Amino acid sequence: MVSRREFLGTALQTGALLGLASLLPAWARPSSAGNMGLEALTGTNFDLTVDRFPVMIDGRKGMATGVNGHLPAPLIRFREGEEITLNVTNNLDEDTSIHWHGLLVPFEMDGVPGVTFPGIRPGETFQYRFAVPQNGTYWYHSHSGLQEQLGHYGPLLIEPKGTDPVSYDREYVLVLSDWSFENPYRIFKKLKTMSESYNFNHRTVPDFLADAADEGVGEAFRERAMWGGMRMSPRDISDVTGATYHFLINGHATADNWNGVFNPGERVRLRIINASAMTIFNVRMPGLPMTIVQADGLHVQPLEVDEFQMGVAETYDVIIEPKEAQAYGFVAESIDRSGQAVATFGPRPGMRADVPAMRPVPTLNMKDMAMDHGAMDGMGKMDGMDMKMDHPSGHEMHEDHGSKIKRGPGVANVVMMPSSRLGEPGTGLEDVPHRVLRYTDLRSLEPNPDTRAPEREIEVHLTSNMERYMWSFDGVQFSQITSPIIFHEGERVRMTMINNTMMNHPIHLHGMFFDLVNGGGHHMPRKHTVIVKPGEKLSVDISAEHIGDWAFHCHLLYHMFAGMMQVVSVLPREVNHPPGMKHPPGHKTSTKASMDHHDHGGMHE
Amino acid sequence: MKKFLTILMAGTVIASPGLAQHSHESEASGDKKPLWSQADEYYDPDEMAEARAAVLHHHGNSPYWFVMADRLETQIHEEEEVLVWDAQGYFGGDINKLFIKTEGEYSFEDDEIEDAEIQALWSRAVSPYWDVQAGVRYDVEPDGLSHAVLGVQGLAPYLFEVDSAAFLSENGDLTARTEVEYELLFTQRLILQPRIEANFSAQDIPEREIGSGLTDLDAGLRLRYEVKREFAPYIGIEWQKSFGDTADFIEASGGESEGTAFVIGVRGWF
Repeated sequence: MVSRREFLGTALQTGALLGLASLLPAWARPSSAGNMGLEALTGTNFDLTVDRFPVMIDGRKGMATGVNGHLPAPLIRFREGEEITLNVTNNLDEDTSIHWHGLLVPFEMDGVPGVTFPGIRPGETFQYRFAVPQNGTYWYHSHSGLQEQLGHYGPLLIEPKGTDPVSYDREYVLVLSDWSFENPYRIFKKLKTMSESYNFNHRTVPDFLADAADEGVGEAFRERAMWGGMRMSPRDISDVTGATYHFLINGHATADNWNGVFNPGERVRLRIINASAMTIFNVRMPGLPMTIVQADGLHVQPLEVDEFQMGVAETYDVIIEPKEAQAYGFVAESIDRSGQAVATFGPRPGMRADVPAMRPVPTLNMKDMAMDHGAMDGMGKMDGMDMKMDHPSGHEMHEDHGSKIKRGPGVANVVMMPSSRLGEPGTGLEDVPHRVLRYTDLRSLEPNPDTRAPEREIEVHLTSNMERYMWSFDGVQFSQITSPIIFHEGERVRMTMINNTMMNHPIHLHGMFFDLVNGGGHHMPRKHTVIVKPGEKLSVDISAEHIGDWAFHCHLLYHMFAGMMQVVSVLPREVNHPPGMKHPPGHKTSTKASMDHHDHGGMHE
Repeated sequence: MKKFLTILMAGTVIASPGLAQHSHESEASGDKKPLWSQADEYYDPDEMAEARAAVLHHHGNSPYWFVMADRLETQIHEEEEVLVWDAQGYFGGDINKLFIKTEGEYSFEDDEIEDAEIQALWSRAVSPYWDVQAGVRYDVEPDGLSHAVLGVQGLAPYLFEVDSAAFLSENGDLTARTEVEYELLFTQRLILQPRIEANFSAQDIPEREIGSGLTDLDAGLRLRYEVKREFAPYIGIEWQKSFGDTADFIEASGGESEGTAFVIGVRGWF
């Protein structure tokens, strides 16, 4: 076996002679029956073709939409700072696009139709060219329609220019995803018209009887009445589930048993990418601790955990050091426990790890609703509660909190008392008997590049009406916004997100990193995607460095498609309005700015 | 650019009259700027405008349609057997929809449709769980009568599904109907649905065998099995009773004012 450092040395020596592309990276070396790896492309020039092609998923034939005939799309690998060219040809009969998730590209190369470019028309080849000042594990995917659900996603690795602070002998890329044989537009329509279509985790009459036996009839009934009174379900964990999804690791379901090999004692780096359309995964390797070394492409101080919850679009690099010559399972379990995908790591190809039984379905609690029991108990009538939700009196809140977001057809709930939940494990992992990642545990390895206190704070509410399947920011769907969110070049903004919904949302901002305000001082973890838990109030600081219009959205595909999306316009500071506009400066570009809480700038750390 | 604004305007008008008014105002004040436009520096502004309009439209403003046969069943009474249907469908966006509802009854004995009505309603979401609906109802059978309709449909606290409407006939008669449904899950697929329908009338309408007050009440229990979420056969029972003058009218013409039926049917939606 060749270690990675030896491989890189060899690659650099022979690369000039043979061309790097002809050398398979260590992780992709054929391994007889094992390592059904990902197709890899290396170099600085890439030709990508978007097509429809047949795939075999979980033993059944389907049609995918994706890149170069592979699901997931090929692994793209290049080096930090290199100018790369990607020619993307669209062979579909509809528009397509590729967005480079987490990459700090010039905005016109970011690949979001209607925001940063017009999209790639059928038959057209679009050329992306950029050099990025970063390294790490990223991914790419379509930002057109619902193509991402059909297989249009792939991993992307950027080698560091200098030495990698992480040492390892071998690496594997693990792309987690969800596949459905249903047409994604059909899925969306079912959610719109019958939002509970895929939820087979509801609590039943027998559940009620069991609860009544445990807690007494009165308590069980009170609890049911409380949720029913709000017309909500404590089992709204995921809205598209294993009822339609096949959960995949590198395109393979559990039965296909994707496997990677190691020699006992090696340090193995796993680059894990959640490329799902809708599935938040719990990731664990029973019997093997994982040391997180990178989150969302950026190095973090090594953190040993046994499990972590991974939002859609997040990436984590972990180091495992299997000592025993045995098969270890890599388990990606959907947050609502409606399904899982298991891969095997072992000393020999073709081994099969034990598939763990699915754990019990989690049930949401009062905290997820951001309502405390005291407030609930005093409430005789549910109508009264609606009133209270509209007019919060909690001391933690901004004074105009209640007035900014109103209940209405698109906003079923306005939380009374959002709380910081950064120190909590993810939904359903509260009581597991092992170490679970909490966002407060993450520290960036390098000191933060920008340690200024934020100059101003903006508040963004995550809002929804699950019953109507309406999702939005600040109660306004993307189709109805009257203004983008305005940032000015060079400013440091604190964005505080308040989740008024019952679901976890992985929120993603293009073109910039979120510095997660988690008590890390000058070592805040920098992320491109952050899970905001139900009822949570969470802050990130952002340096508005890169001029342009940038997409900002929930990375749950159908939430975004239903309207949970916005644009952040970073405007050049001098001009104060987009350069292409014919209007004089000073005309009203933002209603958002007037809603900002200037008086809260630089508060709480 | 013009095209973009036109599309945007058209989209907004369809989506929400309230918002359309807003766009119209900004249009009138000469404020024609797109919401963002920095990419116009790099790409053809017309193409960008089209793409902007498309991305906005597709993220929150796509109309959709829905068809549901809530009840399609045979009711087996002691004396007779009838086929009952109760279906609705809609087309529209999140706020405004066109609803079509139909229900009726076909008698196997007489081989004729005894009752059949169809409603066309404009439905507007007014709160998280309630739609206000207004439109017309036409009774194909028995008598070709038209009504104006005003109603509400939605989800009440404790998850009761409610559909209530008042009807003003072309003859000036006022009637009303309320349907309430609930669901009890025995398993994720085996679901018991209690259902109550009550009809009221503000006056006697002898030619339709209707007396004033509560005219009749149907209370049913249906146990369905969702083979798929979209398709569920069911069995059940339904108790029907007429009251007051309505009962008298029916009895006078030789009918039964109270009865229980065994029902078998399917619920389906698409």
